[in-house]
Amino acid sequence: MKRFAALIDRLIYTRSRNTKLALIVDYLRHTPDPDRGWAIAALTESLDFPAVKAGTVRMLLATRVDEELFRLSRHFVGDTAETAALLWPDAPGKKEDLTVSAAVDALSAASRSDAPAVVASLLDRLDADGRYALLKLALGGMRVGVSARLAKQAFAQAFDVPVDDVEELWHAIPPPYAPLFAWGEGRAERPDLADVAFFRPFMLAHPLEEESVDLADYAAEWKWDGIRVQIVRGGGETRIYSRGGEEISGAFPELVSAFDQDAVIDGELLVRGEVQGGEAASFNALQQRLGRKTVSKKMLADYPAFVRVYDLLAVDGNDLRGLPWTERRRQLEAFVPRLADSHFDLSQVIDAADFGDLAERRAGARDAAIEGVMLKRRDAPYVAGRRAGLWYKWKRDPLTADCVMMYAQRGNGRRASFYSDYTFGCWSDAGELLPVGKAYSGFTDEELKWLDKFVRDNTLNRFGPVREVEKSLVLEVAFDSIHASKRHKSGLAMRFPRISRIRRDKPAEEADRIATLQAMVT
Amino acid sequence: MAKVKSWIEPHPGGIYVKPADLWIDPSRPVERAAVTHGHADHARSGHGAVFATPETLAIMALRYGVDAEASHNQAYEYGDGFESGGVQFSFHPAGHVLGSAQILMEYAGERIVVTGDYKRRPDPTCTPFEVVPCDIFITEATFGLPVFRHPPTADEIAKLIGAVRAEPDRSVLVGAYALGKAQRVIAELRGAGWDAPIYIHGALEKMCELYAVHGVDLGELRLVSETDKAEMAGQIVLAPPSALNDRWSRRLPDPVTAMASGWMRVRQRARQRMVELPLVISDHADWDELTTTISEVNPKESWITHGSEDGLLRWCELHQRKARALHLVGRDLEEEA
Repeated sequence: MKRFAALIDRLIYTRSRNTKLALIVDYLRHTPDPDRGWAIAALTESLDFPAVKAGTVRMLLATRVDEELFRLSRHFVGDTAETAALLWPDAPGKKEDLTVSAAVDALSAASRSDAPAVVASLLDRLDADGRYALLKLALGGMRVGVSARLAKQAFAQAFDVPVDDVEELWHAIPPPYAPLFAWGEGRAERPDLADVAFFRPFMLAHPLEEESVDLADYAAEWKWDGIRVQIVRGGGETRIYSRGGEEISGAFPELVSAFDQDAVIDGELLVRGEVQGGEAASFNALQQRLGRKTVSKKMLADYPAFVRVYDLLAVDGNDLRGLPWTERRRQLEAFVPRLADSHFDLSQVIDAADFGDLAERRAGARDAAIEGVMLKRRDAPYVAGRRAGLWYKWKRDPLTADCVMMYAQRGNGRRASFYSDYTFGCWSDAGELLPVGKAYSGFTDEELKWLDKFVRDNTLNRFGPVREVEKSLVLEVAFDSIHASKRHKSGLAMRFPRISRIRRDKPAEEADRIATLQAMVT
Repeated sequence: MAKVKSWIEPHPGGIYVKPADLWIDPSRPVERAAVTHGHADHARSGHGAVFATPETLAIMALRYGVDAEASHNQAYEYGDGFESGGVQFSFHPAGHVLGSAQILMEYAGERIVVTGDYKRRPDPTCTPFEVVPCDIFITEATFGLPVFRHPPTADEIAKLIGAVRAEPDRSVLVGAYALGKAQRVIAELRGAGWDAPIYIHGALEKMCELYAVHGVDLGELRLVSETDKAEMAGQIVLAPPSALNDRWSRRLPDPVTAMASGWMRVRQRARQRMVELPLVISDHADWDELTTTISEVNPKESWITHGSEDGLLRWCELHQRKARALHLVGRDLEEEA
């Protein structure tokens, strides 16, 4: 637990992704099985101990610490696991280190009734940092900024194996991933994945930078503004994976039960909306469904999800990924009717005469669920990752608005000494400036230096890391779309806002009005 | 106890000693002030006459231009004191920073101690705390919650040295309060065998010199402003906490941000300050030191001045000790803890 606790602490305080990666690589290389497997499962929130909950820990603390002192401490610290770790009295005597796997074994074996005693005996064997690691392991909510994607990359780097292979194998093998480590270290063959609903790494697109492409070589489809998903059925089980390879089946039970064919599809998950007459609603609606572990009946009824399918990676036991797009598309069109049309439809190919025609259609498309156009090379197989010349995304031109900088906040890591996150607003009818969004990208390093100086020279107020500035600087903000939102006083929320230009030439009074932005709402 | 209340009055702006017409650590300028130590939230400028240890007067002279030699200001060594209006005052080590003192007052058979700020663990830069028996113990409570248990200082210093050695291309920038914490971290580093020059922010220079004059050996210090960026790779740099994420830090080679403070015990606190290397080093008593001290002093009554009063009050209640909170204003708990 000492090494694991030290790893967690380093990850908490490290903001750089590369440093996090290096820390995990080092840990995986130098920690034995099965500890490293359990540790990485804990970091990626893949463990669950149903018998141990935050309430268990609070009850347990009440037996060792005065309740009022616990309450005051919890209020100050703000996190139950950390409060408990700090308050738990150090047991006398020298401690031998508790392994992560011994802790996992004990927690898994615990029943609801003996869970408090089990947790207590584990806590007694640890120091404060170890107790923190144990409680985070047991309760989840690690919050160390380690995604499944980062963990897989660390694994690939630690054992010098292709990350695409790791992606495939990861979800097929349960923690503590012993066969995966055996393969990584060259002690065993690559595990066999027949009859398992495993994840295939996605094929990704580059932004289109060419002036045009020949539609004889590329097929065009709409780019939908939902979330990319892969649905896999194998070994009698259906799983839904998000783009990072995280399993999100729990959030979309209706899709899991509707997908009853032995196949692997790639498509866009969308929510059906009223506005489009039963077509896809904006991303805003989809957000209501994301990140949930369980879904209420009302959520299912209010935000019905469906998948617009655009590729077929495997069907009836055959891997299609080596076939050209044209052939996969042919098989896809034959396959989609086997799925329930209540939850699945086919993403149509845009029948454009030539590139000019396509450009016109793209410019004319104002459907909320259309983000732009995808161009897919007709003779290309389905390959993992982003390969030059195979797939392009050609997003709709962004919308822009002239906004006034209102607040600035310091950035992280390399930008810690710069005010690099800007909140900006537009004018209400009453002449009041209301925030409409926040952006921290789109500018060059030179522009950042200038913006930082502007913030420092024009500060009105300080609120911790935030400064309120003189409302005098106009920023041209680009964004993909804008939606109604209850979160902001302006009633608006931008999607992907970034600073496109600093308008030093424009007086703040001439920045855009809220009403202008409202007209752009989709 | 009615008798006691008749000669000492706690006010939000300090403690007033009636028979002597004198304030202890007043937050506003007064005619006569006894000052426990040189931190700005206890030692203010503009008093008529100041009574303090020679070191505290020297610190006030440096910070505010208080004339330490002037006859109306009186310096007293530990154990010494003076009489005023029938009250016998004396100064006793508090172990907080150089010159820090508890002030003992004796009047009409009653003994009252004001601790100012204090700690119990060893500190190479100041005289250790002494237990002074008394009837009323007026104590701080900065870390008056049981979550605050400072680890051994040597472990934290080892962590710092380990971090510097692990990344020889970067410097480690330690945020440390300019009076006390900075000099203590330097002295602890010297004690752990770190002989290389230590690089400091200009705001620390004068105070480090003052410590050296008072016999605290800090080894070779160099000013960041007079040093090439490349020279500071693999080295330790100290600055006041306010400089940590400021433009000033851009002159260092890719610094690892560290901070030496008791608040670093709580992870979210450290994250909020964007600290990468939290060092739990404090000049204030932790929970165990506070509670042990009350037990050892064993007063009839404890008055709690500032910090997490509720936690320490609750402990007194659980241990059947009479206590009350004073709610003094203007104490700066954030930066120097």
